[in-house]
Amino acid sequence: MPKLTVDGIEVEVEDGATVLQACEEAGAEIPRFCYHERLSIAGNCRMCLVDMERAPKPVASCAMPAGDGMVISTKSERVKKAREGVMEFLLVNHPLDCPICDQGGECDLQDQAMGYGHDASRYSENKRAVSEKHMGPLIKTVMARCIHCTRCVRFSTEVAGVADLGAIGRGEGVEITTYLEKTLASELSANVIDLCPVGALTSRPYAFVARPWELNKVESIDVSDAMGANIRIDARGNQVLRVLPRLNEDINEEWISDKARYAIDGLRRQRLDKPYLRGTDGRLHPARWDDAFAAIAGQMKKTKADKMAAIAGDQIDAEAMFALKSLFEKLGSPHIDCRQDGAKLTAKNRASYIFNTTIAGIDEADAIVIIGSNPRIEAPVMNARIRRLYLNKQVPIAHIGPELDLTYPVEHLGDDLAVLETLASGKHPLAKQLKKAKKPMIIVGMGALRRADGGAVMALCHQLADATGMVNADWNGFNVLHHAAARVAGLDLGLVPGKGGKDVQGILSASSKGEMDFVWLLGADELDTDLLAKPFVVYQGHHGDKGAQCADVVLPGAAWAEKDGLYVNFEGRVQMARRAAFPPGDAREDWAILRAFSETINKTLSFDSLSELRDEMVAAAPVFATLDEIQPAKWSKFGRAAKLKSEPVEAGLDEFYMTSAISRASETMAECYQATLAGKSAIAAE
Amino acid sequence: MSIQTLIAEDQPEHFAFDKESEKEIKKAISKYPEGRQASAVKSLLYIAQKQNDNWIPVKAIEEIAKRLEMAEMRVLEVASFYSMFNLKPVGKYYLQACGTTPCMLRGSDDVMRCIKDKLNISSGETSACGKFSLLEVECLGACVNAPILQVNDDFYEDLDYQATKELLEALEADNQPAIGSVMGRQGSEAEGGATTLKAAKRSGKKT
Repeated sequence: MPKLTVDGIEVEVEDGATVLQACEEAGAEIPRFCYHERLSIAGNCRMCLVDMERAPKPVASCAMPAGDGMVISTKSERVKKAREGVMEFLLVNHPLDCPICDQGGECDLQDQAMGYGHDASRYSENKRAVSEKHMGPLIKTVMARCIHCTRCVRFSTEVAGVADLGAIGRGEGVEITTYLEKTLASELSANVIDLCPVGALTSRPYAFVARPWELNKVESIDVSDAMGANIRIDARGNQVLRVLPRLNEDINEEWISDKARYAIDGLRRQRLDKPYLRGTDGRLHPARWDDAFAAIAGQMKKTKADKMAAIAGDQIDAEAMFALKSLFEKLGSPHIDCRQDGAKLTAKNRASYIFNTTIAGIDEADAIVIIGSNPRIEAPVMNARIRRLYLNKQVPIAHIGPELDLTYPVEHLGDDLAVLETLASGKHPLAKQLKKAKKPMIIVGMGALRRADGGAVMALCHQLADATGMVNADWNGFNVLHHAAARVAGLDLGLVPGKGGKDVQGILSASSKGEMDFVWLLGADELDTDLLAKPFVVYQGHHGDKGAQCADVVLPGAAWAEKDGLYVNFEGRVQMARRAAFPPGDAREDWAILRAFSETINKTLSFDSLSELRDEMVAAAPVFATLDEIQPAKWSKFGRAAKLKSEPVEAGLDEFYMTSAISRASETMAECYQATLAGKSAIAAE
Repeated sequence: MSIQTLIAEDQPEHFAFDKESEKEIKKAISKYPEGRQASAVKSLLYIAQKQNDNWIPVKAIEEIAKRLEMAEMRVLEVASFYSMFNLKPVGKYYLQACGTTPCMLRGSDDVMRCIKDKLNISSGETSACGKFSLLEVECLGACVNAPILQVNDDFYEDLDYQATKELLEALEADNQPAIGSVMGRQGSEAEGGATTLKAAKRSGKKT
């Protein structure tokens, strides 16, 4: 471990650290544009120059390995002058358009020019003009502002695994562009906007919308997938304007997916802002809360508890699900379910439905088998972690399911689950590799678990995990990859059919046969609603999506950004999403709606406030007691051995952009969807 | 330089290396160790350009990317970095005029002016007849015989306005004159013939 002196302070840094990292260790701030902790070192902006003893010139600290006995000065007159020189050259061709630049106020170049810039330019020549580049519906380019730090190029090549960005030309003529100006085809593409230190790459949907200092910033959790990325929601007044990633080394590091970032314009469209009642003319008419409640209560009075069912959707907070479950327990109905897609998961054994390895644990794995999942669209940020694992250690990665481009090479074992049997019995050549591996892991997606033989898949995975030694005292390699943000919390709370209760398929088929008279949909839209024509349907949710269209009574709820709510990510980590805006019109928080309604049918729920609800919830499900931490789950038996069906296994999701009521209402997501369709048909046409 | 101005508007639908190119490609790739075949990218671009009338179509870039297991963008970056690679069609005679200091001092401006007068093209343009393209380049490495005009693979040296005019007229008639110094000097010997060592005999004895 080299020891060096920075501005008179002695520091010891790890082997392989750079001088820049050593300077930061010593508390010296080093200005930089091209250097980024999570990307490879480019060393091309020269802003991080420092003085090194016995060196003839200032050195670029980001590209200089820290050596024993180095004496570094970051504050000398020469350093200041050198950096001022670099800044002056950077500004030769940088337009002075800060007043109309969206990066203004949060621009690295602007900030650092305050420290190292001159008050006036010495150049009278014309500045370089660069044409705008097309990069798709999310990224707006003003390439004349580009300072060629190549962060975006390195991000897309290294992290996103889509090497479409590059720099063409040379010298003063260098320009950053995508290959032939096609759309940047990555689910993580918009992270280049955060990486861009200037205003060259800015957010297209957010263009000219707001200045950073006008925004209220709320630290929250993303629910567009089940990873629970930490985000910051920026709102002005009652409008959610943008979402940015928040650093969390254990989950999303500092990236978020494009859907997490841009589906928010869906919060402004197709919203349910007042209760609706279906009239005798078959249309939904606006109503008062009292009338809506009375209509539901009237129907409930006529219905036996055994003919009532409830289904919770994929983006519902734990509190609302708990309130729904409490209500149906009071009613005496066992027909309740949170597994809209029919995943054969049980609530009994926590290890059977969470991502036991944890996301950070992926970094240690040395062999991976992915079954019936497309992590690239089901959890894009986690997929980038698997890609990094592959780049660092070239671990073997196998995949059972349709052929996919996961941004890293995989051994494709076909889409027949029979191969899982040969793997579990040790007959497959890969089984030996898994056995030899110290930290192997399997990732099972909903594509494999929502099948009728999902129980058998679970049993086989258990067998495979045991046979290859995937589970021991300090490693659990069995992982379920969810893509519904509410699913793990739902299972933790036991939103599964009670004794003699029907699951989602059972409820739907009973409804179509007329054996179910009352169905309560709590934000459940990913269902075949045609089957719900006969029963009386209550839809409680925030968007006029599929569920609301088949409902007899619509109760307007708050979306995830409009309430404080607990979510459990697929690792089993409880996190709190916070309110950034208020729900529109008469819409209310979901738990409060359920609480208020319970009173009208004289089955009053026992909590009067969110904190009382949470106390009860923690008593019922103790995992909710600790925020932000994962409780390791005990490994025990699960699954039910049975014969596998011979149909091919699918991925959990086959489309990234439009997967929930919010993202389906989003114009930006629709544009992205169209752009990928256009990209796909262009490839098909070739 | 946006992509539209960088590459040709009319692109061929297909590109395939011919037999001769395939042989050269094999040789170029074999120079590098296993797994480092991307190092042959410049050779392959050059081979593609030679085969395809001195310019590289997009399909060739994609073919090269496929063969060397590189991203298409990486190949385009290399192709756009070097001025020696043409991403647009050029005339039958591709003129590269050196404008670096020694050539400039020896009259490269006259050469350039002659080309402008005769063909009405500036650097980066192709003549109306489609036969000539011009690019002003940096040092061609033959400063002793400056100024230089490179025509495809050959050097014409010691040019002036008149000599350039004659050269262009000859080329126009597809009657390519002898390459080298237009004033007829050998290699880079002094103008007007040798002035020293005239008595030296080729006897190998010390003088």
